[in-house]
Amino acid sequence: MTTLSPPPGTSRPDREAGPSHSGPPLPRRRRILPDRLRRAGLPYLLLLPALVLEILIHLGPMAVGVTMSFKELTQQYIRDWSAAPWTGTDNFRIAVDVNAPVGEALLHSFFVTCAFTVLAVSLAWLLGVTAAILMQESFRGRGVLRALFLTPYALPVYTAVITWSFLLQRDGGMVNHVIHDQLGLTDSEPFWLIGDNSFAALVVVAVWRTWPFAFLILMAALQNIPKELYEAAHVDGAGMRQQIRRITLPSLRPVNQVLVLVLFLWTFNDFNVPYILFGKSAPEAADLISIHIYQASFVTWDFGSGSAMSVLLLLFLLLVTGGYLLVTGAGRKRDV
Amino acid sequence: MSEATATATADGTADGGTGGTAGDGTAGGTSRKPGGHLAGRASGAGGRKGPGRVSPTAPPRSFIWTRRVVLTLLTIFAATPLLVMVSSSLKPLQDVSDRFRWIPSSLTISPYVDIWSTVPLADYFLNSLIVAGAATGCSVVIATFAAYAVSRYRFRGKRLFTVTILSTQMFPGILFLLPLFLIFVNLGNATGVALYGSRGALIVTYLTFTLPFSIWMLIGYFDSIPRDLDEAALTDGCGPLGALVRVVVPAAVPGIVAVAVYSFMTAWGEVLFASVMTNETTRTLAIGLQGYATQTQVYWNQVMAASLVASVPIVAGFLLLQRYLVTGLTAGAVK
Repeated sequence: MTTLSPPPGTSRPDREAGPSHSGPPLPRRRRILPDRLRRAGLPYLLLLPALVLEILIHLGPMAVGVTMSFKELTQQYIRDWSAAPWTGTDNFRIAVDVNAPVGEALLHSFFVTCAFTVLAVSLAWLLGVTAAILMQESFRGRGVLRALFLTPYALPVYTAVITWSFLLQRDGGMVNHVIHDQLGLTDSEPFWLIGDNSFAALVVVAVWRTWPFAFLILMAALQNIPKELYEAAHVDGAGMRQQIRRITLPSLRPVNQVLVLVLFLWTFNDFNVPYILFGKSAPEAADLISIHIYQASFVTWDFGSGSAMSVLLLLFLLLVTGGYLLVTGAGRKRDV
Repeated sequence: MSEATATATADGTADGGTGGTAGDGTAGGTSRKPGGHLAGRASGAGGRKGPGRVSPTAPPRSFIWTRRVVLTLLTIFAATPLLVMVSSSLKPLQDVSDRFRWIPSSLTISPYVDIWSTVPLADYFLNSLIVAGAATGCSVVIATFAAYAVSRYRFRGKRLFTVTILSTQMFPGILFLLPLFLIFVNLGNATGVALYGSRGALIVTYLTFTLPFSIWMLIGYFDSIPRDLDEAALTDGCGPLGALVRVVVPAAVPGIVAVAVYSFMTAWGEVLFASVMTNETTRTLAIGLQGYATQTQVYWNQVMAASLVASVPIVAGFLLLQRYLVTGLTAGAVK
């Protein structure tokens, strides 16, 4: 690797220069640039569009976001935010000061998000792995069931959650109709979208939406387990349960490591489900961190403080992901 | 009969190896002869035809009962909201505004007619289509180039590139939302081009957000295509791009379709950025429907009908193409 790619325009004059002799001769091809240069420059050229976009829309704004977290960026500076005064670490100090209202609310939201994530991810995984194992063998109607199970995941998130908010209404909702009118489990109709029950509602909706993804991935992974393993185990007298414990689950290990991480990141960062289910102000029991930051930024128009919270969130996710990859060794499996 | 055919197609296409093992024999817990030739071969000495023996790995009765019970429960969990969605969209308004009722007092298709005039649903739909379509098209092309470079070339910064790309996946969207919002607003103020609120800004945003996962998935897929193929094309006089377009891309169609499905679904369903970066004229389905469902007087039958209209294309596409998604994922992400 010696040189970077020259910009495309500079290669034009070389075209007239005729075949170059620096590269190893290839039959039937006209040399535009020395082969070595072409080989070195091409990958960068191919990467260029992706790189430009990632830098402009992903990494750039992230840098801006980190910068913003050190500024006092309230409504009055929104038109020209470079004029906003630097505030050092004030935004961070306010965000982590758990004795003040802002920090206390953020900490509460963090705990709610942790509880929500642990519950939702484990339930989604459990349902996914159960269904995948049960549907490993072919049976009548399997294709239909599989399509049905995948549908909640395929639905656009807003239509799915809007439907759930219809089901979870206090007065005309299906859920209350079943548990109150039909089964008589409760004395009065509970609220699901406000108050403490909103946490349960959030978990159910999130699981309903994400377990099909676990199911899809695990089903694909199960197909890669060689049949011979099960046959050998059967010959050795292993029962169904032992086969699952000794063959299926260990074979799924690498997939599970990635799957759980992906589910964790999605669920922890989930904005859509609470936003559509509860609107702009989530009930305290279901105040997920994304929606909390959104509210802190767009409702109060304090972007500096919102950015500081986002940066803290990112640091936490980096820490957890890094730790997870170290512990499980999932990062070493694949040469990226 | 039709159900059995559907099963057979779904299994045959999506399941590859497992499809033929048990056949229909295990259905309902009864056992018959081995279903397919695969099972016949798998059972080795095919002569052992004792009662209740399909293949050596045939599941025991208890397993079948567990399967029935658990899958029934899962079906209820998965299907109930879908069922309510469909049935409510066919109910008259009084059925959905008072107590919930399973059985509609009458069936009507008027919600499906009214949705187009109550809200500008056609505009929302068109906006979503333009944004998701453009973002998907660009994402697939750009991801193909990038993944080809990573899969086929050694170059300095390759590892840095892939690690950076992957790590952007874990960044919370909310972290980009504020700066992007401000960047678009300020760029718009500076240049006079209305970026904020335009479809273009949304397309570029979605495009960028689907790129990392698309590139990652395609790298895995390209890696699984033998290098001999494109090397043969190179010696035949194709340039590297010719080899990509004529040899690698055709061989990677399942992976590319998977990436397209993923990108389109992401763009079609995105809420956070659409909520901030669209205005009256560029509003997508995500925001339009949400406004529909949060009015003071909600016409739930119409909202459900509109939700179905927004969902059916995407669900149908997903279910049709899911086998590609599975192949793409098994070759790429899940390894």
